[in-house]
Parts: sequence; structure tokens; C-alpha cells
Amino acid sequence: MASRDYMHRLPDAGSSLRRPASLSRRLHIDMPLLLLLLLLASVGLVILYSASGEEIHYVKRQSVFLGLAFVGMLIAAQIPLEFYRRWSPWFYLAGCCMLVAVLFIGVGAKGAQRWLEIGGFRFQPSEALKLAVPISVAAYLHNRTLPPSFLSVAIALAIVAVPAALIVRQPDLGTSILIAASGLFALYLSGLSWKMIGSAVLAALMAAWPMWQWGLRDYQRQRILTLFNPDADRLGAGWNIFQSKAAIGSGGWYGKGYMQGTQSQLDFLPESHTDFIIAVLAEEWGMRGALLLLLLYLLIIARGIYISFMAQSVFGRLLAGSITLTFFVYVFVNIGMVSGLLPVVGVPLPLVSHGGTSVITLMAGFGILMAISTEKRRVLF
Amino acid sequence: MSENLRFKDHHTEQRLFRNRMLVAILGVVVLMGVLVARFYNLQVVNYENYRTQSDQNRIQVRPVPPTRGLIYDRNGELLADNRPSYTLSIVRERVKNLDETLELLGQLVEIEDSDIDKFNRRLPRRRPFEPVPLRYRLSEEEIARISVNEYRMPGVSVEAELVRYYPKGDLFAHSVGYVGRINDRELQQFTEEDVRRYRGTLSIGKVGLERSYENLLLGEVGDENVETNARGRVLKVLERHDPKPGAELTLHLDTRLQQVATDALGDRRGSVVAIDVKTGGVLAFVSKPAFDPNLFVTGISFSDYRALSDSLDVPLFNRALQGQYPPGSTLKPMMGLGGLAAGVISAETKVADPGFFKLPNDKRIYRDWKRWGHGKHVDLIQGLAQSCDVYFWDMASRWNIDGMHDFATRFGLGEKTGIDLPVERPGLFPSRDWKRGARGTPWFPGDSLNAVLGQGFVLATPLQLAVMTATIANRGSHFRPQVVMAVDGVEQPPEVLHHVEAKPEYWDLVFKGMEAVVYSAHGTGKRAGAGLDFKVAGKSGTAQVVGIAQGERYDSDALKERHRDHALFVAFAPVDDPQIAVSVLVENGEGGGLVAAPVAREVFAEWISRPLEETAWHPPLNLNPSQEAVARG
Repeated sequence: MASRDYMHRLPDAGSSLRRPASLSRRLHIDMPLLLLLLLLASVGLVILYSASGEEIHYVKRQSVFLGLAFVGMLIAAQIPLEFYRRWSPWFYLAGCCMLVAVLFIGVGAKGAQRWLEIGGFRFQPSEALKLAVPISVAAYLHNRTLPPSFLSVAIALAIVAVPAALIVRQPDLGTSILIAASGLFALYLSGLSWKMIGSAVLAALMAAWPMWQWGLRDYQRQRILTLFNPDADRLGAGWNIFQSKAAIGSGGWYGKGYMQGTQSQLDFLPESHTDFIIAVLAEEWGMRGALLLLLLYLLIIARGIYISFMAQSVFGRLLAGSITLTFFVYVFVNIGMVSGLLPVVGVPLPLVSHGGTSVITLMAGFGILMAISTEKRRVLF
Repeated sequence: MSENLRFKDHHTEQRLFRNRMLVAILGVVVLMGVLVARFYNLQVVNYENYRTQSDQNRIQVRPVPPTRGLIYDRNGELLADNRPSYTLSIVRERVKNLDETLELLGQLVEIEDSDIDKFNRRLPRRRPFEPVPLRYRLSEEEIARISVNEYRMPGVSVEAELVRYYPKGDLFAHSVGYVGRINDRELQQFTEEDVRRYRGTLSIGKVGLERSYENLLLGEVGDENVETNARGRVLKVLERHDPKPGAELTLHLDTRLQQVATDALGDRRGSVVAIDVKTGGVLAFVSKPAFDPNLFVTGISFSDYRALSDSLDVPLFNRALQGQYPPGSTLKPMMGLGGLAAGVISAETKVADPGFFKLPNDKRIYRDWKRWGHGKHVDLIQGLAQSCDVYFWDMASRWNIDGMHDFATRFGLGEKTGIDLPVERPGLFPSRDWKRGARGTPWFPGDSLNAVLGQGFVLATPLQLAVMTATIANRGSHFRPQVVMAVDGVEQPPEVLHHVEAKPEYWDLVFKGMEAVVYSAHGTGKRAGAGLDFKVAGKSGTAQVVGIAQGERYDSDALKERHRDHALFVAFAPVDDPQIAVSVLVENGEGGGLVAAPVAREVFAEWISRPLEETAWHPPLNLNPSQEAVARG
């Protein structure tokens, strides 16, 4: 009874009936989210300018990407949520086909095939799956009774497993894990029983040893070993982490000043404008700056969670929750990696690291979040 | 059917979602907390640590090698200079295509296959981003050609270094010596302090003054803290402690006199040592043939070294310092003085010389160099003038060998002179003890006859003979010979090792005898004084050559030439106020008076004709930088 009362007291519930929708609502824009994202993107550009060695070239390029990404977000926000749900099987199927195609006719570098090239245009199908997988899982669970039955869980897991397995084959373990995580978040939020979660965790622990022994490649094992003993191979595998920790640590509380970071400006910090950009911020702005950036991320995540709470449908709710939690995972994995808590995986810092495709996928995700937040309210009875 | 039975309950579903999401929020908060804790740990708790680490990353302490001290002759002429030398180096990490770069460089400058071989051997041993030298001693033109094309060859650089240069070439090779690259053997002998002092320095004195004054010439290394980027490129100098340049040496040596002495030897092998009688300062120090010390400075090529070390004339051998020759009759004046001092002979002693000598109770006949002898009444002056062997045999037969040995020792024979040049040989003057120890036999009277004539066991270096002659010339003051006159403008005081006590009339007698060598009718060294307007006193000598291995593949003419006696001459001038003492050795020159005496004459002619202020010992030139520039220009 209490929960029912609570739902009735929600401020927005039914309000669309009483007063005309605001402009932002009619344009399907979630104003707080948009402002936070714009703020984050601007901060990102400022850091990037310093991190790229004061080369305006990178900043210009990134601005263009960000512009495209914001447009993409607005477009994604205009599309009715129903459309995503109805068409999800086709997105999913198309995505998987592309992944299969990548295995046969894909192009790439350093022994990994990750791209498809069609008419001179190159793209990475796994990026599309970052959205297609949570959408599909959420759409599938939308029609089930919740908490999901064993069969539903099994099917949902299968939906996650197929693309994840295909991406591992590329090989791209990092992306595969992140995509699997986004699907699993949707499943988890749908009300997966703790018993099942518990047994899954147990199974994962039991699989850890065989995975270590046979599932990982040498360089992956090396990265994990480096994590536990970063000083062992300072000039080799441990170099990146050694330098990024020195950059972060030497920043102290106040930082060395904008564009004054010796680690980043003198090229000791590798990948300073891409994956390791948080180390530049931490070195030049100190812990104050790092905390402000974390706060900004936290606010965006909080807004995403709020949107998921307010969502009108199971689909919207699960999808919004999944997108938000996945976003957090990106942030955590990147910062954890740069600060030496997690092994080195190629995960960029959302909206701050230089790089095109990931920004566009990310912003499309936020577009869907906005579509969810501005969905037509249905009257609860 | 079961699906239908389980009616979709929105409220339950929403509650489920809310529960799960609240757990997830908890997870997010905890993990964010972990990140904050991590940053706190890195940036606040361990701040000092990482600050140091990042400073060590960017700040490199680089040694700044000191400039090696310059060496001047007594007139301020530069004998050892430092000149920039340019080395072509490659940083492998910055070269995209090494073969292409090497080919391009090969078109611009001369690169030999051996250079590339050495380069390839050095490559795997370098540290990351360390420049690896490919070719040394680039010419100005080559540097220009490289710099014009530098943009086409990333990773290629030209680096400057100051290296030693000897502007006089081979003239001072055996006195000033040379520096060379520090080798592994020297490196192993370095103390910790040496390792510190030689940071950034590539060369070390190997031979001559460069070696004996190494400590002073080296200077004190400086430091600079530089900020570098990850590729090791220096961006700015943060702090600098200047190095202290090495001390400047001013020598007693005189370039013109050295040149005159060298020229006087002509193309013969031999040695000339001239000593300032009043100080022991070495005015000329010639060992011929010599070599170009510049060949050794940045590493001599294999073929050049073979040419020097395989030469029959052994140009690397320092005859004046290390050549031990039987001094022959050049010892006679000193021996005569000893005989007088010991009371064995007197001014009145006269000896009949039939052309041979016999010891009592000995059948052996000792023959004078002159078949029919020097007459019936030979005294000391005649004995010296005509180099009468019998006179001195007679003296030796009555003189105890140990007394002879002690007297000779006070003139510096049989022991190192203590000159400031490295690896001196001591020569030998035998004694009873020495013979028992070295040969295991007692002293025979015949041995004394050999010793008094500077033969048998007696060996002396040309330097020792010059010191002996200088000691006679200033009537007993035995100075330690010194090449360096001043260090950084501070004079090195002359040092008297012994004072030989003898009555003045004894000295007069020996002076007269040596003067008679040059001026009497039958004198053996008349050429030493020919045409000079001052008096010269001298003594000729001949050293028998022993022990050239036979059966080696020398052509017979050369062999014969090398079996001839060495010609010796010692002299000083002017007799009434001696300034300079000289010893001359001409290998296989045969006649001391004939071949060696004229060399001494040239040295005297050059030196005594100089104005006094040039030749007299003077407080050394105190060179300040502007004067130095003039001197070098």
C-alpha cells in the first residue's frame, strides 16, 4: 500500500494532463542532463588542449566530433521509445551480422580485426552493439513477467553472449566485457534473484583459474601481473602505469598549474591525450580538479538514475538504468586503470579523451536517455 | 499458460527495480569512494614520493667536463691545445629506416665499412635514446653538408667535443706525450674518486707530461641540472656548477732549441737532452725518430699503429728517458774527479801508455783504443783530451769499486733522475753487492777496468748523462731535472738532490780536461766548439752495440749499419760561466767526436747566442686570458 501511495505522490505523475509541456520537453531535451554534458565536454576540451601539447589541431578535431555527437544525441532523443523497442531485434540481428562480417572481411591493425570498410568509410560494428545489446535485453524483458523466470534469464544471457563471443574473437576483450556488462545490468535491474546472482558470482570465481590459464593471452596476463607489481618492469610493461601514477601523485592537492604538468608536457606520460588524460588533469589541477571531475560524472550518473526511476515503461526503466550504469563503468574502469587500480584496458575517459567513435556512441546513448526522460506520461490507475 | 497465470504486476516490478537500483547506487558510491581514496593516497599521502619521481624523470644531472689545461713552452708557445672536434651520431629510436639513413649519409660524408661495423657493434649496447657515434673528426665541409640535409634524416646529429691538439706535431711527442681515450684497463683501475672526476671526460694522459701531470691537467668536473623530455632532449638548463679548468703548464722546454736539436740529428736515430745548468730545467728533450701524437688522441687506426710499432726504428721508444746505453768514455771526467777526490790520483799523476794495460798477476792484456798509445807521460788533462784508456785503467786498478759506485751515484748514475716524466729507466752502475746479488759472482779487478770506461755492466740513459754533465758544469750541484717550469703561473722551484764536495782545483782540472777535448791539438771533440765565440767543454764517447738478434730477416746492409757503435758526446758551455749542459746520442754513429759533437755545437750556438733575458731562468710568464689569446693567435 505504501508504495502505491508513493507512486501517486510523484510530482510529475499526470502533470502532462494539467499543464502544457515545456519547450524542452517538446524538443525531447532533458535540460539538466544536457547542461551537465555540455559542461563536461567543455572541461574535456580544455584538458585536451593541454594534454595534446597545446596543439589546437586536436581540440578542433575533437570539437567537430563533439558537435556531431551532440547532434546525434538530439536526433536519438527525437525517436519514440517504442521505435527502439519494436526494432530492437533487427538492430541486434544487423549488429551480429556485421560482427560476423568483421571476422571474415574486417580490417585492422596489430593483429586485431575490428573495423569494417564500406566504400572508403570505416567503422567499428562493436560500437553499435554497445547500444544494441542493452536495448535488446531491455526489450526482451519488457514483455516478460518480472522477476524473470529461469527461461527468460537464459534467453537474455544468450542475447548477451552471442555478440560478446564474436567480439572476443576479434580479439577485443575490453569492449566485449563492457558490452556484456551493459546487457547484464539490464538483466540485473529487471529483478534477477539474489540466488541467481550469487551462483553466477560463484561460477565466475570458479572459472577464474581456468580463464587465467587458458583463456587469456600473454599480453593480457602481463597487464594483470603488472597491476600487482608495477615496479617490476618499469621500462617495459609497467612504464605507462609508473608514469601515470607519478603524474597523478606529483600533482598533489593543488596541482602544478594548467599546462605546467611536467609529466604530461615533457611526454613522460604516454597516451596523455587519449586513455590517460585524467592523469593530465590530476597533475595540473591537483586533487581538487580530479574531485570536481568525479563530481561532474557523479551528477550525470545521478541524473541518469533519476531518469530511470521516472521512466514510464519497463523497457525505458531497464534501458536507462543500464546506460547509466555502463557509463559509470567506463568512468570507473578508465580512472581505475590510470591510477593503477585495474589492469590496463583500452577504455577512454568518456567525453574527455580524444577519439571520435566512442563519443558518438556515448552521446547516442544519452540521446536515448533523453527520449526516456521525455516519454509521454501515462496515467497510472 | 503459466505466462497468463502470472499477471504483470507493475508495482511489484517497479519495487524490484528500485531495490536493485538502490544496491547499484550503493555500488556506485562505494566505487567512487574507492577512486577518491586512491587519489587521496596518490596525491596527498604519497605526494612527496611521486613529486620526487616526476622530478627525477625530467631533471637529469649531467657532468660538464672541464677543459684540459694547456701546455706552453718557456716562451708561451702553445704545445698542447684543445680544439673542437665534431662527431656524427645517430639516435636509433628516432630513425625510421636505418639503412636508408646510412646510405644517405654515405653520399654526404665519407663513411668506411669499418665505421659501420663499429657502429653496428655499439648499437645493441646503448641505452634508449643514447646517441651512437658513427664517425669522428668531421671536416667543416662535411658538417655543412650534414646540416643542410638534416631535415631528411631525423635522429642524425653532429656533436661537438673538445679534443687535444698538438700544434707542433712530432716535435714534443716524447716529452709532452699525448692523451687518448680512457680504455677498459684504466677504467678498472679507477677509484671511486676517479670515477667521479672523469664523469663526462673521455680522454686521459697516456704518455709523457700528459700522463705525469694528469691530476693537474684534468681540472674539476662541473654539473648542470637540465630538464629533458622523455626522449632525452634537453629543454633547458636549470642550474649549473661550472667546471674548473685544468692547470696550465709552462715548460722549461724551448721550441726553437728543440727544433735546432732535432734538425741537427738529421735523419739519424738518437737523442739530445739539454739541461739548464742553473736550475735543472730541461731545455730540449729529443728522441728520434718520433711520431705524430695527434694520431692517438681520438683513437689511432690499426694500420697507423702497426706502422709505428713494427718500424725497425722504434719511433714509439723514448730513447732519452728509457734507452739504456753503455755510456763509454763520457764517464771519464766524472771518474777523474772521483779519483782526485778519493786521492787515488792527483794533478801530478802521470801514466805511461804503451797502448795496452796489464793488471798485476793477470795475463790478460787490455788494449787502448789507440794502437800505439798516447805517450809516456799522460796526465789527467791529456787523459781526458785524448780519451786515454790506460790512464783511467791505471786509476781504476788502484781504486775500490764501491767508492767508484758511490761517487757515480751522486751524479745520478744507476738510479732514476726523478724527472717529471713517467716510466724512466734507472740505468746501472755496478757495485760489489750488486754483482753478488745479480750475478752471484765476486767482483774481479777486470770489472773495475770496464766500469771506469763506462762499459761492461754500466748502463745510462741520455737523460742521466745530461744530468751528470750539468752537475759537473755547476761544480757539484746535482739538480733534479724538471720539464715543467710553472703550474698555473706558479713557479716550480729548482731542487738540489746532492751537492758533490770536491776541492775547487779539482773542478778546475776537470774543466780544463774537458775544454782540452774540444780545443787541444789531439782533442777528440773539436767539432763541438768550431766557430763559436765562447768556450765549450765536452767529452766524447763510444758505446759498443751488443745483442741485436741475428738471423732475423733484415737486409744485410741494414744489419751492418745497426751493428756499428753508438756515438756519444756530453758537453757544457760557456766554460767560464756554464749555462747549458747537453748529452747527445747518435745510434750507430760510430765516432762520438765526429758525429755527436757537431750536434752539441748546434745546440750551444742556438742557446748562447740568445739574449740573456730569454735564456736565463726567469719567473714564468703569468699568462692572463688576453695574453693567452695573443700567444695562441
